[in-house]
Amino acid sequence: MQIFDPTIFPILAADGLTNGAVYALLALALVLVFAVTRVIFIPQGEFVVFGTLTLASLQLGRTPGTLWLVLVLLGIAAAMEAFSLVRSGQTRRGLLTVGIAALLGIGIWALTGWLAPLKAPLWVQVILTLGLVAPLGPLLYRVVYQPLQNATVLVLLIASVALHLVLTGLALVFFGPEGSRTPAFFEGNLTLGQVTLSWQSILVIVASAALMLGLYLFFERTMPGKALRATAVNRLGARLVGISPSSAGMLTFTLAALIGALGGVLIGPSVAVTYDSGFLIGLKGFVGAIIGGLVSYPLAAGGAILVGLIESFASFSLSAWKEVIVFTLILPVLLWRSLTTRHIPEDEE
Amino acid sequence: MTAPPPSNNRFPFRLGLSVAAVLIALSLPLLLPLFQVTLLVNILIFAIVVTGLVLLTGILGLTSFGQAAFMGVGAYATAVMTTQLGWNPWLSLPVSLLVTGLIAWFLGLLTLRMQGHYLPLATIAWGISLFYVFGNTPALGGFTGLTDIPPISVFGLELTSPRTFAYLALVCLGLVALGAQFLLSSRTGRAMRALRGGPLVAEAFGVSAFGLRVQVFVLAALMAALAGWLYAHSQRFVNPTPFGLQAGIEYLFMAVVGGSQHVWGGLLGAGLITQIREQLRDILPGLLGQQGNFEVIVFGALVILVLQFARQGLWPLLERLLPQEGIRILPEREKLVPRSKPAPGTPLLSVQNAVKQFGGLRAVGDVSFDLNAGEILGLIGPNGAGKSTMFNLITGVNPATSGQVTFMGQDISRRSAGQIHRLGLSRTFQHVKVLPDLTLLENTMMGGYARGKAGIIRSLLHLERGEEAALQHEALRQLERVGLGAGAFTLAGNLALGQQRVLEIARALVADPTLLLLDEPAAGLRYGEKVELVTLLKKLRDEGVTILLVEHDMDLVMGLVDRLVVMNYGEKLAEGSPQQVRENADVREAYLGVDMEEEGAA
Repeated sequence: MQIFDPTIFPILAADGLTNGAVYALLALALVLVFAVTRVIFIPQGEFVVFGTLTLASLQLGRTPGTLWLVLVLLGIAAAMEAFSLVRSGQTRRGLLTVGIAALLGIGIWALTGWLAPLKAPLWVQVILTLGLVAPLGPLLYRVVYQPLQNATVLVLLIASVALHLVLTGLALVFFGPEGSRTPAFFEGNLTLGQVTLSWQSILVIVASAALMLGLYLFFERTMPGKALRATAVNRLGARLVGISPSSAGMLTFTLAALIGALGGVLIGPSVAVTYDSGFLIGLKGFVGAIIGGLVSYPLAAGGAILVGLIESFASFSLSAWKEVIVFTLILPVLLWRSLTTRHIPEDEE
Repeated sequence: MTAPPPSNNRFPFRLGLSVAAVLIALSLPLLLPLFQVTLLVNILIFAIVVTGLVLLTGILGLTSFGQAAFMGVGAYATAVMTTQLGWNPWLSLPVSLLVTGLIAWFLGLLTLRMQGHYLPLATIAWGISLFYVFGNTPALGGFTGLTDIPPISVFGLELTSPRTFAYLALVCLGLVALGAQFLLSSRTGRAMRALRGGPLVAEAFGVSAFGLRVQVFVLAALMAALAGWLYAHSQRFVNPTPFGLQAGIEYLFMAVVGGSQHVWGGLLGAGLITQIREQLRDILPGLLGQQGNFEVIVFGALVILVLQFARQGLWPLLERLLPQEGIRILPEREKLVPRSKPAPGTPLLSVQNAVKQFGGLRAVGDVSFDLNAGEILGLIGPNGAGKSTMFNLITGVNPATSGQVTFMGQDISRRSAGQIHRLGLSRTFQHVKVLPDLTLLENTMMGGYARGKAGIIRSLLHLERGEEAALQHEALRQLERVGLGAGAFTLAGNLALGQQRVLEIARALVADPTLLLLDEPAAGLRYGEKVELVTLLKKLRDEGVTILLVEHDMDLVMGLVDRLVVMNYGEKLAEGSPQQVRENADVREAYLGVDMEEEGAA
C-alpha cells in the first residue's frame, strides 16, 4: 500500500490529526449540546463556516454578513422575550429587555462597522470574529429551540435540520459561492527527523488540546459548569434545585458556537471553506460524537480524531469514495451504539 | 371533541369531497398551461414518496431522511435496464421495485434495530453514501447521469407529453394513497400507531415490533421506488442530484409541513413545498441580486415555524373545517373463534423460584406461587416490594435471571411478550397506555390484534374486512361489558384516568384471555373511581375470568380476591386467604411498621 510509504505516511497522519483535532472539538460541542438540551445539533458545522468566512470577510475589509444575522436574531429574540414578559404582566422588564437589546445591537453594529474597514491586526479580527459568531448560539437557542423545549428528540432533530438549511442558505447570501482561506497564523515548518509538521498544524492541535483542557476545568471547577453537568444528568432534578433549563441551554449553545467559531478560525488556513462545507464538517464531528454514544467526552474526541485519520488516508488512495467510506463507517457504530444503549420508551412523546 | 356515532343515512361529506378532489385532479392536466402541468407531474411524483414517509414517520414514528435515496435506486434501476439492456419500462418496473425492496430490506435489517435518534442519523449517513455511489460509478454515468431514457407507452400511446404523463402519475398516486388509507384503517395500521409511542403496548398484544418496522420501511421504500420509476421516465434522464440528502430532507419537510400523520397531509405538503419552491426560484435571486439555492432559507424557517406553532402540520388545521366522519361499523358476518378455556381449578400459572437480579440489586429473590383457572389471586406488597418486577417476569417484558414460569403447561421463562400473549395472557399497564387520538373502539380493537391474521398486503387491499368487522363487534361487546359502550366513538384522550384504566381492561378482554393480569389498576384513582373499579372486577370474577391482580391498596384487594401472595423486599412474605393474610404478623409489620410493644422489648 502506498499510504504506508515512509515519506507519505507522516504527511497523511499529520493532516488527519489536524483535521481530527477540529472534528474532536466539534464532537465535544455536539455531546455537550445533546446532553444538556437533547438537541442533535446538525448546524454545529455552520458555526465553523461562519467562523472562517467572517474572518475572511474581515481580511478583505468587508463588513461580514454575520453582523446582520446577529442583529436580526437579537431583534427577534428581544421581541419574543418582551412578549412573554408583557404577557405575564411584567411590562417594565419587557421594555427594559427591548432597550438593552437595542443598545447591545447598536454597540455591536458600531464596533463592527468601525473595525471592519480598518483591516486591523489578525488577532483583533479573530476576536471580533469570535465576538460575532458566539452570540449566534444563545440567540438561535432562544429563537428556535426554547419554544420547542418540551418537544421530543425527533422533533428537535427535524428543527436542527431545518436550521442547518437556513444557515447554509444565509451563508451563501452573505459570503457568496466561492471558497475562502484565511492567512496562516504562523509560517514555516518544524522538521523532526523524517517528519515535517507545519507550525500551523501544531497550533491547531495545541489550541484544540488547550480548549479541551479549558472545558474540562470549566466543568470540573466552576459553578456554571457543574450546573450544566447536573442538567445533563437529570433535567428535572436540576430544575428542582434551581437551574433553569433555558439558561442552561443558552450557556450550552454559547459554548457550542464559540467552539465552532474557533474551529473555523483554526482550519481556515488549511482548508478552503465554502458556504456549504459546514454540513460535512459537522457530520464528521458527529461520527465521533456517536462513537462516544453522545455522552462520553473522551470517547467522542478519540472517535473524531479517528475519523480525521481515516478521512486523510482515504482521500489519498480513494479520494472519490472518501465520503462513502466515512459515512458507511458510521453504520456499524450506530448499530453497536443502539444495541448497547438502553432505550426507555416512556421518555418519548 | 366528540366523533359522531356512525349513521348510514347521513350524506357522506368526506366521500363527496374526495370525489370532487379526484374530478378536479383529473381535469387539471387538460386545463393548466404546459409549464404548470410539468410542475403538477412533479408534485404527484413527490406526493407518492411523501405518502411512504407518512406511514413510516408520521404513523410509525421512524424518522427517515433516506426516502430520496430509495427513489434514486428505483430511478437508476429502470434507467439502466431501459437504456443499456433495452427493456420495456413496464418490464423494468417490477425489477426496479424488487431491487429497491431488497436494498431497503437489507438496510432495514441493519438499521431498524436502532432506536430513537440513531435511526435518522443512520438514514443521513447512507443517504449521503448512496448519493456518492450514484455519482462515482461510471456505469451509472457519474455525476452527469444517464440520458435517453425511453418514454412509457400505454396501449401504444407514448407518454411523452406532461399532459398524458400526468394521468399515469395520478393513477399511481391514487392507488398508493388509497392503499395507505386502507392500511391505516386496518389491524396492521392500528399496530403501527400503537408502536409509535414505544413497543411495550404493541408487543404485549402480539405485534412483532421489529418485523412490522421492517415491513413498513420496505413498503415506504417501494413507494419511493415507484416514484423514482415515474420520475426517470418523465424527465427521460437521471443524475444524482434529485436523490441526494438535500432531497431526502425536503421530503421529510413536506410531510412535516403538510401533516405527517395524514395521507392528505402528505399530499398537501408535497404540493405546497413544490409550489413555494417554484415561486421562490423566480423571486429570490432577483431580490438578493445573485443566483443560488436560496429557497432553503424559507423552507427551513417555514419548518421551524410549523414545528413551533402547529406541530401536527397544516392538514389537521384544515381538517377541522371539514365535517367529521365517524368510523363505519361493518356488518358482522362471522364471529371470532373463542379460545377454549381450561376447566376451573386446573393449574394455569406457576412461578417456581423466580429470581431477578439488576446488577447488585436482587429485585425478586426466590419467589414461588401458583394460580388456578377461575381464581382471583392478589399479589400485594408495599412500594418497592418487587411486584412490578414480578409482573414483568410473567409477561415476558423482562425475563427472570433464574427460576421458571409456567403458563398453560408451557415454560414461558424465555418467551417474548407477544408469544406469551398468544398463549392467552392479556394485561393492563400501571401507567395507562392508550392512544389518546383514537376512539375507544379503535383502542379496544388493538387488544384483538393476535386474534386477526390479515397482514400488511391484505390490509393495503382491504381484503380483511370480514375479520375487521368481527373485531369491531367483539370490541363493542367488551366496551359494553365494562360499561363504556355509550362512549365507543369518543376519543380515548377525553376520558378521566379511571375510565382509561377501564378502557385498558376492555382492550385486554378483547383478546379473549385465559388469564387477565392487572397492574395496579387502582393507582391514582379517586375513591368513587375505585368503587366502580371494584364493582367491575367483581362482575368479571362472577363471569369466570381468571385474574392476577397486582396492587398495593390492601382494602381494594381484600374484598375481591380468593387468595393473596404478599411480597416485601423481593421475597414472598406470606400466602393465603385474605383472612389468613390479615392476621399474619409479618404482613402487618411490613405495612404498618413494627409493633410498639415489640419495639419496646427489643
